[in-house]
Amino acid sequence: MMLLRALCLLLLSSLLLIGPAGAQETSVNALIARFAEVNRFDQTEALVRELGATGDPAVRPVLEALADGNLQASKAGGAVYIVRGSGKNAQFFDPLTSEEVKDVATSGLRKVKVNNALRRAIRDTLSSLTLRAPNREQRLAAASNMLSNPDAAAIEALDAAIAEEGDPAVRTRMEQARAAAVLQSDLPDGEKIKAIEVLGALGDRTVLSLLEAVEMRSQGELQSTAAKAASSVRTKLAAWDAAQNVWFGISLGSVLLLAAIGLAITFGVMGVINMAHGEMVMLGAYTTFVVQGAVQSLLPGLQNWSLVLAVPIAFVVAGAVGIAIERGIIRFLYGRPLETLLATWGVSLVLQQAVRTIFGPTNREVANPSWMSGSFEVGQMMITWNRLWIVLFALAVFALLLFIINRTPWGLYMRAVTQNRRMAASMGIRTPRVDAFTFGLGSGVAGIAGVALSQIGNVSPNLGQNYIIDSFMVVVFGGVGNLWGTLLGAFSLGIANKFLEPYAGAVLGKIIVLVLIILFIQKRPRGLFALKGRAVES
Amino acid sequence: MPRVARVRSLLMGATVLAGALMSGESFAQEDTIKVGILHSLSGTMAISETTLKDVMLMLIEEQNKKGGLLGKKLEAVVVDPASDWPLFAEKARDLLEKEKVAAVFGCWTSVSRKSVLPVFEELNGLLFYPVQYEGEESQRNVFYTGAAPNQQAIPAVDYLMDVEGVERWVLAGTDYVYPQTTNKILQAYLESKGVAPEDIMINYTPFGHSDWQTIVTDIKNFGSAGKKTAVVSTINGDANVPFYKELANQGIKAEDIPVVAFSVGEEELAGIDTEPLVGHLAAWNYFQSVDTEANAEFIETWHAFIGDDKRVTNDPMEAHYIGFNMWVKAVEKAGTTDPDAVIDAIIGVSVPNLSGGYSTMMPNHHITKPVLIGEIQSDGQFEIVWETPGLVVGDEWSDYLPDSKDLIADWRAPLSCGNFNVATGKCGGKGIN
Repeated sequence: MMLLRALCLLLLSSLLLIGPAGAQETSVNALIARFAEVNRFDQTEALVRELGATGDPAVRPVLEALADGNLQASKAGGAVYIVRGSGKNAQFFDPLTSEEVKDVATSGLRKVKVNNALRRAIRDTLSSLTLRAPNREQRLAAASNMLSNPDAAAIEALDAAIAEEGDPAVRTRMEQARAAAVLQSDLPDGEKIKAIEVLGALGDRTVLSLLEAVEMRSQGELQSTAAKAASSVRTKLAAWDAAQNVWFGISLGSVLLLAAIGLAITFGVMGVINMAHGEMVMLGAYTTFVVQGAVQSLLPGLQNWSLVLAVPIAFVVAGAVGIAIERGIIRFLYGRPLETLLATWGVSLVLQQAVRTIFGPTNREVANPSWMSGSFEVGQMMITWNRLWIVLFALAVFALLLFIINRTPWGLYMRAVTQNRRMAASMGIRTPRVDAFTFGLGSGVAGIAGVALSQIGNVSPNLGQNYIIDSFMVVVFGGVGNLWGTLLGAFSLGIANKFLEPYAGAVLGKIIVLVLIILFIQKRPRGLFALKGRAVES
Repeated sequence: MPRVARVRSLLMGATVLAGALMSGESFAQEDTIKVGILHSLSGTMAISETTLKDVMLMLIEEQNKKGGLLGKKLEAVVVDPASDWPLFAEKARDLLEKEKVAAVFGCWTSVSRKSVLPVFEELNGLLFYPVQYEGEESQRNVFYTGAAPNQQAIPAVDYLMDVEGVERWVLAGTDYVYPQTTNKILQAYLESKGVAPEDIMINYTPFGHSDWQTIVTDIKNFGSAGKKTAVVSTINGDANVPFYKELANQGIKAEDIPVVAFSVGEEELAGIDTEPLVGHLAAWNYFQSVDTEANAEFIETWHAFIGDDKRVTNDPMEAHYIGFNMWVKAVEKAGTTDPDAVIDAIIGVSVPNLSGGYSTMMPNHHITKPVLIGEIQSDGQFEIVWETPGLVVGDEWSDYLPDSKDLIADWRAPLSCGNFNVATGKCGGKGIN
């Protein structure tokens, strides 16, 4: 009886093996042609699985094109093309041979629709196809995908791939994927304990949920091993979470620093309550938008670097507007803080509405250059490139300002005028010009901040309003008139905010920070770093 | 004609100078019907509302080309409430008392609507409100042409549950009345479907929140528990761009954790590079990509009117299109612009919507609409991946909240009540109206 069944099985499996192999080329072709007939997502998905089941690597480009929405089929049926480009520049390629097909009537084509479920199915299918692909990145991606979606059925394929894998990193990832798959299978406990050891070393959140699942449904030694591994992963993750919070805090602090540093000059050094400070930031962001458009049309090759070009231009634009405001309005109001406040607030409304009239009320898109997109991992911590660049940029701007104020003649004049205006004037310093320069410098730096902030937020006429309160908070907290205070104030507020947020939520976290600042100002009215000496009394 | 215009501007000037001396009579003699447009053109909400002002001007111009209404030309009266809620009420009073407009099209935020409600009630005006909102309201003088929660949120959740197999939910929203009420309804709905409370995470952020690092990381961690997770987002306007940028940068793909949004349409996507966001979802009653003749014509008219063929169309614009046409039809049916007559005439009026069907004004002053789910595409448009088989009637009082499930609204005589309690048989259950 046993023999008979085994024989049957053998016969059947050999039939299955031989059957498609002979007709593979034609069957893949026929399968692909069926994309022209499918109308519903579940039909497309079934077709994708059938294509995957052929195991033929030639179907890969078709599936990739489908996932990207680049697969088109003729409405009449039969013909299926991979499309690159759009509109008049569209090129059509044969899905199997990748040869260009000329003279395709675009009107008769329709896109083969995809949705998320389908993209997932395609990704899973592709990862089984690319596990042994010649490209290292593809193999790694396939293994990573199998690790996050473990499936017991993949163990054999993984074993085969591990046996021939030469790259140690990919091999490790495959072994981890295999271990995850083992935990999902009904292999003996001994195997699973080994798998837990492999995974415990990896120690990320996916692993933790796998381990917890094993802990739930097993007994004896396996359960205790899983529990031990899970708790060690938890401890590690807690440490990483704290590190992550510090990083988030630094990154929020750098944004606050950028927004506030211009104000630290106009308000902190000059004592002008400048409500239009936020609008200088906005002008910087809009300059970035304009520069990006100009670069796109004039020097398309440099598109990735338009941001670098925007920095000096934004400085000049915002600085010029700042000087105009100082010469036109503020110089008549020195020593009258209330009037300055109202006048600059009016200026801010005028600037907002002017931008709204010129550029329209809707958001403008400032693209992220490729070197500012995406992220990388440090252990269990994720660091996004745009945040990292902004932190570095903020520190660079800070260092430059510090240099200008402390090491250049203009900085000396600035300090002299703010400390004792009349004495400076009698020493031959032209105080009105220094005032204009200082205000222009503060505004220009705000413009530079706008370039950076356009990378993480909206570019809209309201952009400045979102930052004005935070900027004043930082400057007052850090101590008016002290750049180091602004630096420390920005980073401590950022970090405090980010440590409160996970426990208190974003809304309450912000309120708590505000309350803490109020209490702090009660205790130290002059902020973290108070100016001492005669300058304060005057 | 210039003479007439000059006389009119003189008259206007005189009104300002002489104030009370000039009565409404001088306006009553002109043969125009005035239509009020109450949308913010400055301040925070200008970003969304300016477009609605433009679309109203376009609709009025188109109607005038067709010969106006009741033999008279329509005249738009545009005011700017400047995103200031009390100012909405003042401007509404101006429109109704001074300008004597026949109907007002306006408001975006719920708080602005709540602020004008007493004015419309007192002066018996008509307000057409075009934005999706939290429900829990039905007022005699207001027509809600945007979606109620059952015309947007609940079908979206059904889609995620049935098609994407989602078992774990993040309800993320801005901290104000629309997200709070919607999330309350959704939470009750999800729990009624057997979702465990620990599989629902609710998160609120302040208006204009720009630092999403912690929350996006939380979402990612919440989603790595081995169960399929989705985010239902009621995050408002400005905060969306940094939210989606952070999602993209932290590498959260739609295949892993899809985000379905109720406040993100074509207009909001115009400020973002959508390449990394392909596959994230939005639920609306209209998308620009709807493939119908009526929509193609609407888009063409819009581009010609605004003089920029890159401008997109969105759901609240369609709501104004439907609302305006309903009002026109009701006025024609009643033969007058008198508010009471129009309120009676408009119930049951059906006009074509842009997605290829007809929308009808129901007795609860909400309309019937199809619900569409779209996936974001790399060109900033949505591809429709699912739609309700038929039209959905707007449900003003949610069936999933304990204190409103017995309430109904029916403004036809003899009931004429916005909050009739079917359990006690009395009008006047919950709410002020």
